[in-house]
Amino acid sequence: MNKPFAITLDVGSSLANKTGSWRTERPVYVDRLPPCNNACPAGENIQQWLYLAEEGNYEAAWRQIMRDNPMPATMGRVCYHPCEGACNRAHLDKAVGIHAIERFIGDLAIERRWSVKVEVASSGKRVLVVGAGPSGLSCAYHMALLGHSVTVMDAGPAAGGMMRFGIPKYRLPREILDAEVSRIESLGVTFRFNSKVSDLDATMREGGYDAAFLAVGAHLAKRAYIPAGDTSRILDALSVLRGIESGEQPLLGRRVLVYGGGNTAMDVARSARRLGASEAIVVYRRTRDKMPAHGFEVQEAMDEGVLFKWLSTIKAETEGPGGEGTFTVEKMKLDEKGYPQPTGEFEEIKADSLVLALGQDVDLSFLSKVTGLSVKDGVVEVGPSMMTGHEGIFAGGDMVPAERTVTVAIGHGKKAARNIDAFLRRTTHVPAPKHELAGFDRLNTWYYSDAPATVQPELDRARRASTFDEVVGGLDESNALFEARRCLSCGNCFECDNCYGVCPDNAVIKLGPGNRFRFNYDYCKGCGMCAKECPCGAIRMEPENI
Amino acid sequence: MSGPQRVKFYQTGTFTVGNRLLDISVRSIQSDADRHNSLNSGHRACQGCGEALGARYALDAAMHAARGQLVVANATGCLEVFSTPYPESSWRVAWLHSLFANASSVATGMAAAMKVKGRTDVRVVAQGGDGGTVDIGFGCLSGMFERNDDVLYICYDNEAYMNTGVQRSSATPPAARTATTPAVGPEPGNVFGQGKNVPLIAMAHGIPYVATASVADLRDLEYKVARAMEFRGARYMHVHVPCPLGWGTPTSDTIKVARMAVECGLFPIVEAEYGEIIGRRELRQRIPVDDYLRTQSRFAHLFSSRHLGGRDEARIAQMQAIADRNIARFGLMSARTAEKVNA
Ligand SMILES: Cc1ncc(C[n+]2csc(CCOP(=O)(O)OP(=O)(O)O)c2C)c(N)n1
Ligand code: SF4
Ligand SMILES: [Mg+2]
Repeated sequence: MNKPFAITLDVGSSLANKTGSWRTERPVYVDRLPPCNNACPAGENIQQWLYLAEEGNYEAAWRQIMRDNPMPATMGRVCYHPCEGACNRAHLDKAVGIHAIERFIGDLAIERRWSVKVEVASSGKRVLVVGAGPSGLSCAYHMALLGHSVTVMDAGPAAGGMMRFGIPKYRLPREILDAEVSRIESLGVTFRFNSKVSDLDATMREGGYDAAFLAVGAHLAKRAYIPAGDTSRILDALSVLRGIESGEQPLLGRRVLVYGGGNTAMDVARSARRLGASEAIVVYRRTRDKMPAHGFEVQEAMDEGVLFKWLSTIKAETEGPGGEGTFTVEKMKLDEKGYPQPTGEFEEIKADSLVLALGQDVDLSFLSKVTGLSVKDGVVEVGPSMMTGHEGIFAGGDMVPAERTVTVAIGHGKKAARNIDAFLRRTTHVPAPKHELAGFDRLNTWYYSDAPATVQPELDRARRASTFDEVVGGLDESNALFEARRCLSCGNCFECDNCYGVCPDNAVIKLGPGNRFRFNYDYCKGCGMCAKECPCGAIRMEPENI
Repeated sequence: MSGPQRVKFYQTGTFTVGNRLLDISVRSIQSDADRHNSLNSGHRACQGCGEALGARYALDAAMHAARGQLVVANATGCLEVFSTPYPESSWRVAWLHSLFANASSVATGMAAAMKVKGRTDVRVVAQGGDGGTVDIGFGCLSGMFERNDDVLYICYDNEAYMNTGVQRSSATPPAARTATTPAVGPEPGNVFGQGKNVPLIAMAHGIPYVATASVADLRDLEYKVARAMEFRGARYMHVHVPCPLGWGTPTSDTIKVARMAVECGLFPIVEAEYGEIIGRRELRQRIPVDDYLRTQSRFAHLFSSRHLGGRDEARIAQMQAIADRNIARFGLMSARTAEKVNA
């Protein structure tokens, strides 16, 4: 034995001492549901594509979006971004400008001609999509990717539905829409325009379709009864917007009244200003905060000089001596429940035209011979799989009971596609279980530095009142990158190394880029520091079974 | 500090340990998958030990700066006891233990030996707890400073003699309850004395480098160790390391509590060269001492004083005054933080 004086044992490492046995709680890595993802009607994995964008890997980010939403450039413009309303960063400074980054990525994809490919074998099944609006386009895209042969029929002359014939150009330039539609077409989807389906049963039989997705939207303008001297002065919002899109110049005159308080009313009033109306006045029966239009649209309209007359209803129209119209308006007041009640006070407003923007109904006549359908409140009922009461016929978008937005429609299309696929393959579509929500209280915000939101440039006011140029500009690359990096990565590990660093027992193993971390339970004493210092709430402490 | 401010905004700034968006060359040493782990797993420190963490942070940075040529002298204290129960060792550095009081003298001897052997590439670190540094080892330490021996001395300050059961040291804050300063009588806990600020005393020796740091700010700590290693001669670092057992905090809160100590102003983070302060870490979100003191059961009597039947306002105000004085004296409030705090 060759040992120094008084030494009897060999030198050992403390690795022999498995301190993991001290543990009463163990840390585990989890993925929690970011509030943005939770709020996205199209079911985008926003946090994940922001994570990729943060690295400057825009193509990977775009491909991540495309798993759920085939139209990022369009949606980055027209979606009302409920994601941002839910974004945790709003508690710190301002929500991440998700829509602006999505738009940047979508535009880049168009510029660089990124495309997707069908990667599965053809199923040999044929699917009919009725309506080439957002819901129909989304469904067609997903069905094509799933290997089915898809035909889209639409009554109109081009694809887009409300995105083309409802949303004005200054919010969605048509070359953007066209580019994203043609990408869907290049997957092998067949489009048949000016082909109104008037008898679904017959069309299905003749075309030999195995399933159908109906997404005809809501295009029948709701009317209000207004006794009029000259009815030609009274128009409806959708036909005005459609007319503008087809290059006609609707005869609105210099002074235009718009009746209604939704986004369509704003679109018409703003378009009227661009067509030369010196005054566009929105007449609405309740108050500003009760308007269904989104706050920023009302603000943009006001910025452009649109006038508002709240708490007013239009009662009648009479012909003035000079041939101009005179509209009788009754003042309203809100009762305790917030409903408008007539006051008996009247006033007269002179105007050249009145545009009704009072909402739309669905034209369901083409379904008259289809059995099993159930229609309630003017819309078609669907089950959780988006299937109607008739087997193999699915429906989505504005014609089913839901919020009527483009993004909801896109989400319906995806959901329906996954269920139609399962229907055609005689399986069932089981959506992945939702993770627990990553609320603000899950975050350790010490680790995020202050970073004010990047504001998108807006088209100069004078120019926008007269042209249909896009009003809101895009972000440039450095702004988009900065904005993406403002994301807190709520509930999902972004490999910040905090757990790896703060463990006093070196019990976290770093697995390298993209592979996250692993706990070494041989030495983890369960102190919980990693969980406490995780910025994004991706570690949970669980009681140990002792 | 110049370290953390050199890099620009990347998602989380640089407050996290690592950052995948940063160039490898500016990432922290602790974020490296192949970091040295100078203090290995299997040590017997309590759950959530701030001292074990601080020692790994500091020695890994020193090993990095010395390219692995490092010898360490360690005073008695928790750090020595939990790392080396015979015959096991958690140390992955050349490491020597002698006594409670003489780590700095032993290190002086090591440095002299290396000099004689012509091994100036081998660097020397001495380390110990606050008891071993600011109390019993203080004479040796001052001698090491005065002779300007080529040693970096690192004190891990957990504000009491923890290893022997939480007795008061001269680094124990006023009002804190320890085994020797019980929370009884009209003036419970530790006395409000004159205080003993060893970083300032070290500065008074005019040695090349003195810095304070905290386990709550890794990047600052790593930067300071690296900076200290650029000098020859005596250097001193004072690292704040909370002790869950001695302070009465949950084991998960070690870093949080350390962060609060800094952000309330009770533990100022500063840096000095040749006796002059050259840098300070400004507060990011100034908090009242109340928030910090409340997290720890050693101060519980301030908030439910048996004597006063409630909050001990006078003593809390005295603690706040100490923090305010630090903030004013070391210039810890930036205009930006002041604006945020007042908003
Ligand atoms: C000369 C001498 N006196 C007393 C002791 C007993 N002793 C060992 S560690 C220690 C306390 C150490 O306190 P500190 O230096 O603050 O280190 P900590 O344990 O708190 O990390 C004491 C009193 C000793 N080892 N030697
Ligand atoms: S911070 Fe990022 S992950 Fe969190 S809600 Fe906002 S966008 Fe989503
Ligand atoms: Mg101590």
